[in-house]
Amino acid sequence: MTPGEPLIRWDWIASHAGEISLRIGEHLELTVIAVVVGLVIAFGLAFVALRLPALSAPITGTAGILYTIPSLALFAFLVPHTGLSVLTAEIGLVSYTLLILIRNIISGIRGVPSDVRDAALGMGYTPQQILWRIELPLALAVIFAGIRVATITTIGLVTVTALIGQGGLGYFILLGIQLFFSTPLLVGALGSITFAVVADGALVLVQRALTPWTRLR
Amino acid sequence: MTIFGDVARWFADPAHWQGSHGIPVRVLEHLELSGLAVAIALVIAVPVALYLGHTGRGGFIAINLANIGRALPSLALIGLGLAIAIPLGLGLGFWPTMFALVPLAIPPIMTNTFVAIREVDRDVVDAARGMGLKESEILGTIEIPLGLPLMLGGIGTAAVNVVATATLGAIVAGGALGRFIVDGLALQEYDQLVAGALLVALLAILTEVAFAALARASAPPGMTVSP
Repeated sequence: MTPGEPLIRWDWIASHAGEISLRIGEHLELTVIAVVVGLVIAFGLAFVALRLPALSAPITGTAGILYTIPSLALFAFLVPHTGLSVLTAEIGLVSYTLLILIRNIISGIRGVPSDVRDAALGMGYTPQQILWRIELPLALAVIFAGIRVATITTIGLVTVTALIGQGGLGYFILLGIQLFFSTPLLVGALGSITFAVVADGALVLVQRALTPWTRLR
Repeated sequence: MTIFGDVARWFADPAHWQGSHGIPVRVLEHLELSGLAVAIALVIAVPVALYLGHTGRGGFIAINLANIGRALPSLALIGLGLAIAIPLGLGLGFWPTMFALVPLAIPPIMTNTFVAIREVDRDVVDAARGMGLKESEILGTIEIPLGLPLMLGGIGTAAVNVVATATLGAIVAGGALGRFIVDGLALQEYDQLVAGALLVALLAILTEVAFAALARASAPPGMTVSP
């Protein structure tokens, strides 16, 4: 960012290739753990909310408050308890996936036409079978929309965890800011955005593979 | 458990309420930064979204902008803001943060305004046209009033994102409430760290609640707004 300095120094990228791939791996790991753990918790809470509608508002309300708290503030609340650790990063990242995932799981399952459910009941399906064979497959499109948003959001938020010693590609953004050096800054920023776009594309392909019937129409 | 006592003592210390590093000044800096960012985003996004929504053009762009907006990592935006502001001679702090906040605020305002105008009942718009209203009158007296709750929802989303990200401005030597968090982390002063986090969280939640109330209040009589 100093005059005369090129925007990108390719020699820096070449000499740091090993570290860059290491940080990409870290970014991927932080993201996958957060989304998978978030999904497990969100499914549990969504099922509770669907069975006991009285708890639906408190569950989504709490997830909503967690989602509203700025990420840096949430990490700051946790640091005195869990330190500058992966655990701190993951608790924060998981918290942010919950609102989107819970909301989409609930609306996906509620959106299954009651005729279909009645037909399955009439054919002798147990409630368990209805959930796994009817409701979840039909809700998959809406649930996947939630997973896509949660994943993209998480990939962006992982960069913020650089401030608590994690961060994946966010490490380079912070390094660039601290050194006033645009090359790592752009590597981190553009890397993170590219990662989000690639992950979104990959999830679309997974969704297509899981719901082949949506293409037949 | 001692951390709660430490934080309470931090808030009770009169020194933290005075001067250019005090809580009131930091809150004002945060509001100034966030308010200006949302205002600039409104000036840019609303006219475009109103035009696209009214004519029904560019829906694809307006909708996909929201998805692109989500992929923009806030820390990256702050870094890019710095890379823009330094060569322009705008210094550290305020302007690099502003360059990050405005692009963050545009997508939700743009998408919600577009959808708000589009979702107004076409029969109502056709009826207005049949009664001889001009296009500008249709927009001003029918589409905007009916779409206002949804528009304000988008502005609220933008404002909450902006308030949250303004915190990161402290990394590029900005003021605002992020100062307490970033300094608390750097100095390992957990009382300051958690106190700063509380202030930021409170401001974000208040922003959310205020805009939700505003959206509800803006609904014309007879229209209900779902939360």
